[in-house]
Amino acid sequence: MKKAISIFLVLVFTMTLLAGCGSKVNENEIPIGINYELSGSVASYGQASVEGIELAIEEVNKAGGIDGKLIKPIKYDNKSEHSMATTLAKKLMTQDKVVAVLGPATSGAFKATIPEANKNKVVVASGSATDDSVTVDESGVKEYAFRICFTDSFQGTAMANFALNNMSATKAVVIMDSSSDYGKGLAKNFTETFEAGGGTVVASEAFVSGDTDFNAILTKIKGNDFDVIFISGYYNEAGLIIKQARALGIDAPILGPDGFGAPELVELAGADALNDVYFSSHFSVLDTDPSVADFIENFKAKYGKEPDQFAALGYDLAMFVIDGIRRAGSTDPTAIKDALAATTDFSGVTGSFSIDENHNPVKAVVVVGIENGVHATSQRVEQ
Amino acid sequence: MKGILEKNWVKGLISLILTFGIVQVLISTNIINDYLQSTLATICINIILAVSLNLITGFTGQFSLGHAGFMSIGAYVCALITLNNRTIPGFILGVFAGAIVAAIVGFLVGLPTLRLKGDYLAIATLGMAEIIRIIFTNLDSITNGPAGLQDIPQFTNWPWLFLYTAGTIIIISNFIRSSHGRACISIREDEIASEAMGINSTKNKVTAFTIGAFFAGIAGALYASTFNFINPKIFDFSKSINILVIVVLGGLGSISGSVIAAIVLEIINTYLQSFADIQMILYSLLLVIIMIFRPQGLMGSKEISFSVFGKLSSLFAPKKGRV
Amino acid sequence: MEQLLQQIINGISLGSIYALIALGYTMVYGIIKLINFAHSDVYMLGAYIGYFCMTKLNLGFLPSLIIAMILCTLVGVTIEKVAYKPLRNSTRIAVLITAIGVSLFIEYVTMAIAGPNVRSYPPMTGILAKNFDLGGINVTMQQLIILGTTIVLMILLQFIVKKTRIGKAMRAVSLDQDAAMLMGINVNTTISFTFALGSALAGAAGILVGIYYNSINPLMGMLPGLKAFVAAVFGGIGIIPGAMIGGYFIGIIEVLVSGYGNSMYRDGVVFAILILVLIIKPAGLLGKNIREKV
Repeated sequence: MKKAISIFLVLVFTMTLLAGCGSKVNENEIPIGINYELSGSVASYGQASVEGIELAIEEVNKAGGIDGKLIKPIKYDNKSEHSMATTLAKKLMTQDKVVAVLGPATSGAFKATIPEANKNKVVVASGSATDDSVTVDESGVKEYAFRICFTDSFQGTAMANFALNNMSATKAVVIMDSSSDYGKGLAKNFTETFEAGGGTVVASEAFVSGDTDFNAILTKIKGNDFDVIFISGYYNEAGLIIKQARALGIDAPILGPDGFGAPELVELAGADALNDVYFSSHFSVLDTDPSVADFIENFKAKYGKEPDQFAALGYDLAMFVIDGIRRAGSTDPTAIKDALAATTDFSGVTGSFSIDENHNPVKAVVVVGIENGVHATSQRVEQ
Repeated sequence: MKGILEKNWVKGLISLILTFGIVQVLISTNIINDYLQSTLATICINIILAVSLNLITGFTGQFSLGHAGFMSIGAYVCALITLNNRTIPGFILGVFAGAIVAAIVGFLVGLPTLRLKGDYLAIATLGMAEIIRIIFTNLDSITNGPAGLQDIPQFTNWPWLFLYTAGTIIIISNFIRSSHGRACISIREDEIASEAMGINSTKNKVTAFTIGAFFAGIAGALYASTFNFINPKIFDFSKSINILVIVVLGGLGSISGSVIAAIVLEIINTYLQSFADIQMILYSLLLVIIMIFRPQGLMGSKEISFSVFGKLSSLFAPKKGRV
Repeated sequence: MEQLLQQIINGISLGSIYALIALGYTMVYGIIKLINFAHSDVYMLGAYIGYFCMTKLNLGFLPSLIIAMILCTLVGVTIEKVAYKPLRNSTRIAVLITAIGVSLFIEYVTMAIAGPNVRSYPPMTGILAKNFDLGGINVTMQQLIILGTTIVLMILLQFIVKKTRIGKAMRAVSLDQDAAMLMGINVNTTISFTFALGSALAGAAGILVGIYYNSINPLMGMLPGLKAFVAAVFGGIGIIPGAMIGGYFIGIIEVLVSGYGNSMYRDGVVFAILILVLIIKPAGLLGKNIREKV
């Protein structure tokens, strides 16, 4: 036992050796941390986001960086684990001395890094953490946390109003991904707005991410009388739900959040099944805006595929933070924080926005309608 | 015999104080920075988990795949208590309440399932841990469901971690050297023979299981307090597997092995972070290679002896005679 | 009633997949007492090989199925030769950790090559996309194919194990490895053959899942693998009909819990039943309780 403890002692020294290998800060580089889900359950969001981020950094560096200083990305994989995300945020801030940390992609993991940000006074920013309480809660605004995507309550409300007003729906079924803040928050907001507007939610079902067989809950739902289905979840499961629902003969319109906005949705559900599907989106590859077209072209050239919304948000996120550093005129994290908080009319590929007092962007949501697997209609809903 | 033990006791105490002091100095001089502190915390938590699982699997020979379940109980109980009482006494209460609840659950689960042998027990404990996880996932009103609890007050620091880690090692190694511990080892070697010798195998197995669960609960509580965030997914099947990997890698039935393996694996993990893309590939390869070339684990069932340090100290005090 | 029938059909399709995976677990366990964690990853590889055959080589369902089964067989045998054989005489727990290592290795190599994203099979056309409506009950052609393939493979397997020479050798090795060796049975070949059979079945299950759910990813094997193992234990591990019964039972229970209870408790109920079965009848439904001899 005591022996065990003495080994403990020896190995503690090895730890200190590790401490010695912390990277040195180069005067001509600006280190930016990338803390994303590169493996694990939500790896696809992390990887897509990082692709967008790396494209943005590459473009900025090619154009001369920030005042001659090149941006040096330091990338770590948090394995889709929240504790890992916290640890890595800490590592990036205290050991790698980054000026800002990008990521993680999901609300839960991002939230887990915020205490570190406030403690170390380094900005953390996420492109896709949509949960309401990410940047602000009862105790006030989280000083060092920013995001550039709209919130769940906003898109949940937008979709509920869309169901009530544009589709004249009165009865809805909610199918929720109960394993994420995202799915739960959205389902709550949709239900509240829908019921406040005179509708009723006749059934609520839940699943967890990674499920593939939804026949059981869909068979159960089929027995109800309803006008629309709201699926609050990501495309991985939503695609399968749509496919299995249509195969079971459920042909009611299906609504969803921004999590539907990936090409995989079409592949998973099959073009035949994707009719009468509407979702709130940040970004659409069909956007004809020249800056968006440029982005899509550059992205295709670098990665050989079309960007999805995570890639687009990642790109915007990197550009947003770089813009902040540029306007701050220094790499002092507090100055960067102030510059980011003062962002107005930032123009990105996911739309232009200003940052409000809660560190959220003021940004429109686009309701995209899918017919036969193709984005067919779109409708802008302002905040 | 007694004299040697006493001598070792003094030596142990000195090395404990030394370990604590050196790390404390390194922390206060910021050589072990914030980030390395969380690595240190992970190591301490993994040591507690591995040593307590080693008691169940290594010493008593009961193959458990449900350690993460007990860990989650400790984590949730401690988190809920400290969220409502953000004070140091609240934290101490949380840790022990977590551990006791975990031990009670361990006792209740162990009583019926420990009659099972080998892989059947493994799969039953795995199922039990999954059920605990599913209950936490669905108790939305208390545990906030799958999204988990956030903003748990952070009380753990090096002194606390050290206290709990050293305490776990001391208590468990003393248990193993007690008559109960010997009984557990005899059950591992041959259950029927030891029953024939008058050892109540059920009682001893359940005791070991309950103690193991108790310390897993402590580890969980420390986890919640270190990372100030928990959700049920953290404590899934792969967490149990990770703990088992530490135990087997260190050597079944070697406490120092578990300690070394917990430290080595975490250091490897930290190094591999720089190779984010292929980190898991390297890790898994390493696992397979170590197992193929050293299936008994790093330490086998041996403990590291003091002689290494004895020799070191004799360099400084050559005339003292036998050390 | 209609709904119940529909749910049972859903359960049978799900159960078929569990049963196919469970067969591989149960055979390997029966013969070398190893929980082969890498088995569920062979299943995942089967799905990926099928995906590759169908999208890149434009092959049909049957050739893809056969290629997936053959390649998975090779993978399974290689895993056994490289990782498990050197450990034949060490503790079972060391082999178990190796199995976990191999499992992680396959998962993350696949992730490095194919990417972590979910991939989807090409849409089925013609007869494969047929949908039958039997008085309000929906049965898809894919469900029939899954059921059909599962039954055919199981009959084939039962035939191999019960009626052929190698099957007899498998049974002998599983009963007593040393005695079998003394009787002139080549134990190594027999074990390799067992891995080959189990892996072929896992490969088949992988491609069937790809067609049925249309969604594959590098970590897709983890949960079904666990449940399939539970199914094998449930039916009595090492017993082939037990794995089938366990698979179907778990599939149907899951669907009924989701359909008539709360889908969030689905897995919990499965594990609770497992623990009950183990406590009441530790050797599983079809297993014989063997008294330990001194």
